[in-house]
Amino acid sequence: MRFKLKVWRQKNPKTKGKLVEYQATNVSPNTSFLEMLDVVNEGLIAKGEEPIAFDSDCREGICGTCSLTINGEAHGPDHPGAACEVYMRRFKDGATIIVEPFRAKPFPLIKDLVVDRSALDRIVQAGGFVAARAGSAPEANATLVPKQDADRAMEAAACIGCGACAAACPNASAMLFTAAKVSHLAFLPQGQPERTSRVLKMVTAMDAEGFGNCTNTYECEAVCPAQISASYIAKLNREYAVASFRRKAGE
Amino acid sequence: MTASSSFFRSSVGKKFIVAITGVVLIGFVVGHLLGNLQIFLGQDWVNSYAEHLRQLGPVLWIIRAFLLLNVLLHIFYTISLALENRRARPVSYKRKEHVKATFASRSMALSGLIVLAFILYHLAHFTARVTDPRFLLLKADPLNRYDVYSMMVYGFQNYFVSGFYVLGMFLLALHLSHGTSSFFQSLGLNDKKLTPRLATGGRIFAWLIFIGYSSIPVAVLLHLVKPAQQL
Amino acid sequence: MIGNLDARTPHGPLAQKWTNHKDHARLVAPNNRRKFEIIVVGSGLAGGSAAATLGELGYNVKCFCYQDSPRRAHSIAAQGGINAAKNYQNDGDSVFRLFYDTIKGGDFRAREANVYRLAEVSNLIIDQCVEQGVPFAREYSGLLANRSFGGAQVSRTFYARGQTGQQLLLGAYQALCRQIAAGTVKMFPQTEMLDLVLVDGHAKGIITRSLVTGKIEAHAGDAVVLATGGYGNVFYLSTNARGCNVTATYRAYKKGALFANPCFTQIHPTCIPVSGENQSKLTLMSESLRNDGRVWVPKQAGDQRPPAQIPETERDYYLERKYPSFGNLAPRDISSRAAKEVCDEGRGVGESGRGVYLDFADAIARLGESTIRERYGNLFHIYEKITGENAYRRPMRIYPAVHYTMGGLWVDYNLMSNVPGLHVIGEANFSDHGANRLGASALMQGLADGYFVLPYTLPAYLAPQIGKRPSVDRPEFREAEDDVRARTGKMLAINGTRSVDSFHRELGLLLWDKCGMARNADGLREALARIPQLREEFWRDVRVLGEGEALNQSLERAGRVADFLEFAELMCTDALSRDESCGGHFREEHQTPDGEALRDDENFADVFAWEYQGNGSVAAPKLHREQLVFETVQLTQRSYK
Repeated sequence: MRFKLKVWRQKNPKTKGKLVEYQATNVSPNTSFLEMLDVVNEGLIAKGEEPIAFDSDCREGICGTCSLTINGEAHGPDHPGAACEVYMRRFKDGATIIVEPFRAKPFPLIKDLVVDRSALDRIVQAGGFVAARAGSAPEANATLVPKQDADRAMEAAACIGCGACAAACPNASAMLFTAAKVSHLAFLPQGQPERTSRVLKMVTAMDAEGFGNCTNTYECEAVCPAQISASYIAKLNREYAVASFRRKAGE
Repeated sequence: MTASSSFFRSSVGKKFIVAITGVVLIGFVVGHLLGNLQIFLGQDWVNSYAEHLRQLGPVLWIIRAFLLLNVLLHIFYTISLALENRRARPVSYKRKEHVKATFASRSMALSGLIVLAFILYHLAHFTARVTDPRFLLLKADPLNRYDVYSMMVYGFQNYFVSGFYVLGMFLLALHLSHGTSSFFQSLGLNDKKLTPRLATGGRIFAWLIFIGYSSIPVAVLLHLVKPAQQL
Repeated sequence: MIGNLDARTPHGPLAQKWTNHKDHARLVAPNNRRKFEIIVVGSGLAGGSAAATLGELGYNVKCFCYQDSPRRAHSIAAQGGINAAKNYQNDGDSVFRLFYDTIKGGDFRAREANVYRLAEVSNLIIDQCVEQGVPFAREYSGLLANRSFGGAQVSRTFYARGQTGQQLLLGAYQALCRQIAAGTVKMFPQTEMLDLVLVDGHAKGIITRSLVTGKIEAHAGDAVVLATGGYGNVFYLSTNARGCNVTATYRAYKKGALFANPCFTQIHPTCIPVSGENQSKLTLMSESLRNDGRVWVPKQAGDQRPPAQIPETERDYYLERKYPSFGNLAPRDISSRAAKEVCDEGRGVGESGRGVYLDFADAIARLGESTIRERYGNLFHIYEKITGENAYRRPMRIYPAVHYTMGGLWVDYNLMSNVPGLHVIGEANFSDHGANRLGASALMQGLADGYFVLPYTLPAYLAPQIGKRPSVDRPEFREAEDDVRARTGKMLAINGTRSVDSFHRELGLLLWDKCGMARNADGLREALARIPQLREEFWRDVRVLGEGEALNQSLERAGRVADFLEFAELMCTDALSRDESCGGHFREEHQTPDGEALRDDENFADVFAWEYQGNGSVAAPKLHREQLVFETVQLTQRSYK
C-alpha cells in the first residue's frame, strides 16, 4: 500500500508550524500506524532530514502516551482504541492522511506531534486520590463493596489519561477525564471521606488549567480508547453541585 | 470567596445556570405555543386568551421581567462559556472530523444568536407592533377586545415574515434538539441508560415544537386560516 | 575491592527473619526525615509506591521518569493479577505456600529470606490497594474475588478485569500525586537518568537529561533508589514498552554496582507473532487460550497452503506428540522452546515463518462458537484488531516473546546494592524470582518493595548519613556531567549512515537467536564475537540527527541502544558462564531426556554477580558468586507432571 501523509511539523513552540507532505510507500496492511511513521522516519534519517517527533510507549493501547489526531479524529479512525492500535488496513490504498497533534491550550506543543499533557497530572494532584497511608490500611475484606459499585468504579477507572477527550472536544474540555476520576472514587466506600473536597478541588484545578467547558456534544466518549461513558460527566455535575451545596451549608 | 460564588464561577456552575434558565425558556416556548395554537380554534379563543393575559396587569410584567432575566442570564453565560471555549483551543485543527457531536450540538451559539435576532424582530412585530403599519388599522373585535387573531393572520400573510418565522423556528428546534436533553446532563439528572433515550426524546420534542409553531404561518399562507376582518 | 558478597540476611527462623529485622533496624526520627533527600528513579509500581511512601514518611523525595507522566510507566500494561496469601478461598493457601510456589517456580535460584518476606507482605499490599480505591473484582457478596494462575494449586490472584497493572499503578500514582501536591515529592517527568554519581564510594546523586529541553543537570541526594524496570528491550522486540531500557542500571553497573544473573529472561509462549520487519512491539495473548486451543504446524517444511487446506494427516500437533501427558498445556518454557524448534526447521507459519497455529476448530465443534466467544471473546477481538484475522474462522498464529527479566542489579536483604546508598527495587533488582517468575508475582514484588520493604530498610543506611549530602558543585558531579555531555555530543557528531533503530534491530535479532529461548556455548560465543563489532560499527557509523538541546527522540534512543550494545555482552557472558539449565535459562547442553531444564545444584546454586572492569572499554567483567543457602526448602527437580 502507499499513502500520502501530511504531517504537522513544528521545530519548537516558538516557531510556526505547517503540514509537510511525505510519501509512505510499500506499506504492509498489517503495519500499525505508528510503525508506518517509524518507516517514514527511517527514510527521513536516510535522507538526512530530522525524523518526525511523536509520542508512543507501550504500543498496546494502555499507557496513554500516543496522542495523534489522524484525519481529524483523535487516535484515528478505529474507535475505541488508541493511535497505536490503528492498523494501515483501515485506510484505502493511495489515501491522503493528515496527522496533527492533540490541540488544546492546556496541551502546549513541544515539537512536531508531541504535546505537554501535564495539565492532566495537575488535576489529579488537586485531589484525585484517597489519602491512604501505607501501613494503616484495614483488612481488605473488612469493608464490603457491592459488585455493581466495584464494576462501575472499574469502568470509570479504566481511563488511560491520554487526553483524547479534550483533544476531540469542540471546546477542548477535559470534563470526561476529570469525571472519570471523580466517579471512580465516588463509587467506592474508601473514597467517601474526601468526596466533597475532591470534586471541588479537581473542578477548580481543571478550570484553572484553561480547558474549555462541556457543552454535552459527547465527542469525548466517541473517541475515548477506554470507552468511558459521558454519563460520568453528568455524575460529575451532580457531585459538584451537591458538594458546593454541602460546603455552603457549612458541612 | 464563598462557596456559592465560586460555584457560579466554575465551568460546572455556569452550565447549571445555562441549563436552569434554558428549562424556564423551554417552558415559555411550550406555553407560548399552546397559546398560539388557539388560532385554530378561532378568533374568539385567541382574543380572549390575549385579553386574559393583559388582565394579569402587573403579574404579566413580573412574568415578562422574569423571562427577560432568564434570557439575559442564558445569553450572558452561554456567550462567556463560548468565549472561554474559543480560548481553550488557540490553534485549530487543519482537519477536524466529528464522530458523534451533532451539527446542532456544535452550533448552539450560532443557532441561539439567530433565534435571539428572531425574537427581537418578533417582539417588535407582534408585541410592540412597530414593523407593520397595517396593525394600527385593525379594529377591535365584536367584544371590543384587541383583534390578536386578525393581527396574526395579517402578519403571516407576508411571505417574508412567514419565511423568517419558519426559519427562526427551525433554528429554535435545532437549538432545542440539543438543549432539551443537554439540560438533564448538565444538571446531572442522567445516567448511561438514560442518555440515548433523553437524546431521542429531546429531538422528538424539538421537532414537535417546530411543527407546532410552523403550522400557523403555513395554515395562514394556505388560507386555511383567514382574517376575521378586512382592512 | 568487593569481598564476599554479604546478603545481610537476618538470623533466626525463616518466618521470624523479617520481624526480627524490623524490630532491630535503625530508624530516622520524624524531625530528621525532612533533612534527607532521596532520589527515586522510575515511577512504576516499585518507584511510584516507594516515592509516595517515603514522601508520606516525611523525607524529601525527587522522583524521575522518562515518560511524560508517572502514570505511564510500563507496570501499567500488566494484565493478569497480583498474588497474595490471603487464603480468602479457604483452599489451604498460606504465606509459606506462596513462598514455596515462588521459590520453586524460580527453579531454586532465589534467596529464601527475600522470597519469604515477599510472601509475608503480600497481604498488606492488598489491604493497602483496596484502601487506595483500586477497584478489584468482587463477588456478589461484596467480598474480593480471586482467580487461579499458573504454577499454583490455589486461587490467590486478585485482579481488576484484565487491567490489574493499570489499576495498581494508578493507585500508586494517585498516592504519588498526593505527595507532589503536599510538596514532599518533586516530580521530574520526561527526565532520563544518564549517570550515577558516587562521592567517597557512596551513591549520592545522578546526572539527568531533560527529554524536552535537552538540559543536562546534576542532582544530589542522601540515597539513590533505582526502580527502572527490566531490560527486555535488549532484544528489540518484546512485550515491553518502546522506552524501557537498561541505561540507569547499566550506568550504575559501570560505577561499580554488581549486575546479577543478567541471562535470566522470561519468554512468554503466547504472543502475537511478528508480522513484518517494521514491527516495533509484541503483544501478549493470555496463556489461558491454550486450555482450548490446539497447537500445530504443517509436517512439511515450506508448506504455504492456507491452514484449512492442510489435511489432518499433514499437520503436526507437536506439543501433543512430544509431551503426550501435558499436550497443549506444557509448561511455558517448554512450549516456547518447542515453537522455536519447529520454526527453525522451516515449518513455521505466517508471512515471517515465525509462528505456529493455535487452532480452536475442535473446541468450537465440541463446545460451540458462543461458548468460545464467552471465554475468550476479548482476546479474539484484540487478535483481530492487530492481525485483521478472524480466529473463529482460521487458527490464530502465536509465537513466544520476551516478557520479563529476572536478572538485575544485585541487592542485599535491605535492597541495597554493593554500592552504599544505592538501593534497587522492583524488576530492576535481581532478588525474588530466581530463574523464572510466576504469573501475577511481578506486581506483588514491585509494590512489596515500594510500600513495605524499602521504607523499613532505607533508614538503616540513612541514619548515620545525616548531614552528609554533598553539594552538586563537587568535582564528582562536574566530571559525571561532563562525561554525559561528551557522550551525547559524540553521538550527534558521528553522522554516519545507519539509523539507531537499525542497530537495535540487528542486536535484538542476534540475541534472540543466540541468547533467547535456548542457548548453547557455540551460539553464545558467536554472539560474544559479533556484539563488539556491532558496537564498534555503532560508534563509527550511527546517524543521529537534530540537536542535543531540544526534544530529540533519536538521541534518546541512541543513548539507550549504546548501553544495550554493552549490556548484551554481559548477558551473553553470564549465559555462557552459567553452564547449567534453570528456569528461563535453557542451555541446550543441559537437558533431561524429555527436554526439561537440567539444573546443576552442586555447582550453580548461587547468584552470579558481575563487576564491571576496565575504563571505558568493555573488558571481561569479574564474577562474584553469592552462595544461595537453603535452610527450609529442599531442592528438587522442578516437575509439573
